Amino acid sequence: MTQGPILETKSITMRFGGVVAVNNLSIEVNKGEIVALIGPNGAGKTTAFNMITGVYTPTSGKIYYEGQDITGLRPDQITEKGIARTFQNIRLFKKLTVFDNVLIACHLRLKSNFLTAALRFRQYRREEQRMREQSLELIKKFGLEKYKDDIASSLPYGLQRRLEIARALATQPKLLLLDEPAAGMNPKETEELSAFIREIKDEYNLTVFLIEHHMDLVMEISDRIYVLDFGETIAKGTAEDVQNDPRVIEAYLGVDDNA
Amino acid sequence: MKKQDKILTVILLAALFIFLIIANLFLDAYIKRVLNLCAIYTILALSMNLINGFTGLFSLGHAGFMAIGAYCVGIFTLPISVRPANFYIEPMHPAIANVELPFFVALLLGGVLAAFFAFLIGAPVLRLRDDYLAIATLGFSEIIRIVLTNMQSITNGPLGIKNIPTTANMWWIYGVTLVTVIFLVLLISSSYGRAFKAIREDEIAAQAMGINLFRHKILSFMIGAFFAGIAGGLYASMLSTVDPKNFIFTLTYNFLLIIVLGGMGSVSGTIISAYIVTAGLEIMRFFDEPLSIFGVSIPLFRPGLRMVIFSICLMIIVLFFRNGLMGNKELNWDMLRGLFSKRSKRIKGGEAR
Amino acid sequence: MSSSFLQHLVNGISLGSLYALVAIGYTMVYGILRLINFAHGDIFMMGTYFAFFGIMTFHLPWPLAFIVAIIATALLGMLIERAAYKPLRDAPKNSLLISAIGVSFLLENLAIYVFSGKPKAFPNIPLFADTLGVAGVKIQFISFFIPTVTLIFLAILLYVINHTKLGMAMRAVSKDYETAMVMGIDTNRIISITFVIGSTLAAVGAIMWGIRYTQIQPMMGVMPGLKCFVAAVVGGIGNIKGAVVGGFILGLGEVLLIAALPNMTGYRDAFAFILLILILLFRPTGILGEKITEKV
Repeated sequence: MTQGPILETKSITMRFGGVVAVNNLSIEVNKGEIVALIGPNGAGKTTAFNMITGVYTPTSGKIYYEGQDITGLRPDQITEKGIARTFQNIRLFKKLTVFDNVLIACHLRLKSNFLTAALRFRQYRREEQRMREQSLELIKKFGLEKYKDDIASSLPYGLQRRLEIARALATQPKLLLLDEPAAGMNPKETEELSAFIREIKDEYNLTVFLIEHHMDLVMEISDRIYVLDFGETIAKGTAEDVQNDPRVIEAYLGVDDNA
Repeated sequence: MKKQDKILTVILLAALFIFLIIANLFLDAYIKRVLNLCAIYTILALSMNLINGFTGLFSLGHAGFMAIGAYCVGIFTLPISVRPANFYIEPMHPAIANVELPFFVALLLGGVLAAFFAFLIGAPVLRLRDDYLAIATLGFSEIIRIVLTNMQSITNGPLGIKNIPTTANMWWIYGVTLVTVIFLVLLISSSYGRAFKAIREDEIAAQAMGINLFRHKILSFMIGAFFAGIAGGLYASMLSTVDPKNFIFTLTYNFLLIIVLGGMGSVSGTIISAYIVTAGLEIMRFFDEPLSIFGVSIPLFRPGLRMVIFSICLMIIVLFFRNGLMGNKELNWDMLRGLFSKRSKRIKGGEAR
Repeated sequence: MSSSFLQHLVNGISLGSLYALVAIGYTMVYGILRLINFAHGDIFMMGTYFAFFGIMTFHLPWPLAFIVAIIATALLGMLIERAAYKPLRDAPKNSLLISAIGVSFLLENLAIYVFSGKPKAFPNIPLFADTLGVAGVKIQFISFFIPTVTLIFLAILLYVINHTKLGMAMRAVSKDYETAMVMGIDTNRIISITFVIGSTLAAVGAIMWGIRYTQIQPMMGVMPGLKCFVAAVVGGIGNIKGAVVGGFILGLGEVLLIAALPNMTGYRDAFAFILLILILLFRPTGILGEKITEKV
């Protein structure tokens, strides 16, 4: 077992031309925690996620995963290391079935090459069997079994969000990054979601790092919270610390009517 | 696969086998040639659909890859004894002048070389800006033709190569086509095929799911090029000649029409469409002949009309029937059964009334 | 030696100017629609035929014939966009590309069918065929005319793009299509205008091409078309000055390389594509291009 935080960013900065989207962000996420990154729109939260998952390479600063420098790796390499993510504006494989969506996420652990796969060698058949079982299990777990053969885009919105999480889990991550998992959900669904996040965290032995706008969800499930505003980290700590921080109230909670 | 489906598949293959025996015995040479061409176009269109339809890339290099395979077979299966008669302007380069390969080996070599060239073009383009693939492959296709025209001592230049042994009879061509279809169907239904489709649907999501975009794109591109090379080899052996003019880049548009009509992302659609388009292009030849009805000559019918109609068809399909025949669905036994049972029900219903 | 070098230089500059004019059309359309407009090379080809028929069939005086040809080509470009690209605005990108190829193929086949596949001789206009002696080299008047016209059109275009309201709207649409639409810019009109401008420049290039190289045929647009797209990429796609720079690099490079290595003449057309591969390897954004970051 590695010591120290599972994810650590050391003063990462992202500049787009003259705009500084994220400035000097230093975050630590410890194994088994649920950590939230909050902040008003345009604060740079998704940019931070995109740097961690390799979509952008930070202009400066370093990112460590399990003590290993992962700065500048490609997204697929980072996923392979054990960081999976969802997207703010759901990016499912829209025209493929629910089952295929999850199966595809198993592909990265496949050992067979394309020839032995196409020629259905025994090793591949075994692996395919295993991937199917795993995917089916995930789909059941997420209550998507009856939609298994439906086209992903035909699912209701809430289930699409669920499917996206299921798909992320199929990559067998240790760290799960959720980008606004409760976006577009009503209070009841949000409540269910927070229970669900806890459940999968325990069951799959995950660490969760999430971006969220629903304050009740964040305050309820997060062990620790980082608050961003205009790319700067303005507060960090437990829900209580953050809620009472005057800068946070000014920049965010006060304006947002505690929505 | 269900047991009943397995039986049906075996029956289908047996039917194909019997058809080939009958075709070989009774059909005239022209019809046999069209049928062979249909099969070769099936390989070409299917391999292009792997790249364009299943992986979502846009390659227009198939005529070029095909040319590589065709010349490989042309050069290496040409009997050494007839080489001087072919290469009369400039003798064959000494390095290959005495190399003669069995047809099968030359065919494979052609495929491998085509895949190798696909790697050379694909590596820089697919790594960086794959929306330039169309232009890079189209350019490549033309360059291959230019190179073939200029390398007199290897390709015999603009004269082409004649008297290539016609090893590729109907059995060879249908055999290779069948193997290709089976291989590609298996590949597409494997985890790799799913990864290709994921890239087509959403690259960013696919990459976030751990799929190495470059490796999978180049894989699909190279496999597609490999089969285009194989098809080219069959083509050369079937025609017994190769000529750089056969492989002008607009040839690729034939395969493009096939996959657009059949459905980008449908194997069965592509196969059906390959037969429709290939046979259609043959039948449409009469458009290019002067036509007179009751002694009145119709001025519209003259050389070039066929291709005008061809390009209008392509436009109509892409503008109004974007999914083609099959979209990205596949024809399978269940679907056929559904079709027939619906029809029989309807007939029964009609009788009852 | 030096006099033949001068000759090659002049040839290279006029070829480069022609490439530049056509490359601008590619770069503008790609900048706005992210589409490789495969039909652009064939629009160029149609431009030469319009001028040809204006003079030969309708016996128009050449300046009038050229103006008519330019207008006809511009309308053709606009018509193509309306008929073949606009209906596919929300379709997958590959459908749009197929449509562009379809249009390209249709124009080529129509030209073969209507004008016949045989090459035609572009009418000879004495004014341009006159030669001037410079440093002991006889140079056709057209060789001076081509770069001059190119520079004039480029200056007008840059003025429009950078200093007019229309140009601002065009830049906005090219920067961010959706936002521009939300801001109340009539994007369809801007796209139409883009095609008109691109086709106009292609027609200007086409007519000068006809005068310079004297032979026209239905497939003449294919190779210059592909090369000019490469020129646009080399200069930095979406960037008009880049397209001009790319056009000159390609034109000069092609001519000078062949001059230096005469036995490579057969491989002349390969130069552009090798350059494309090299630029993708070493500077994928092109010489003047900016890095494009895709939004996630």
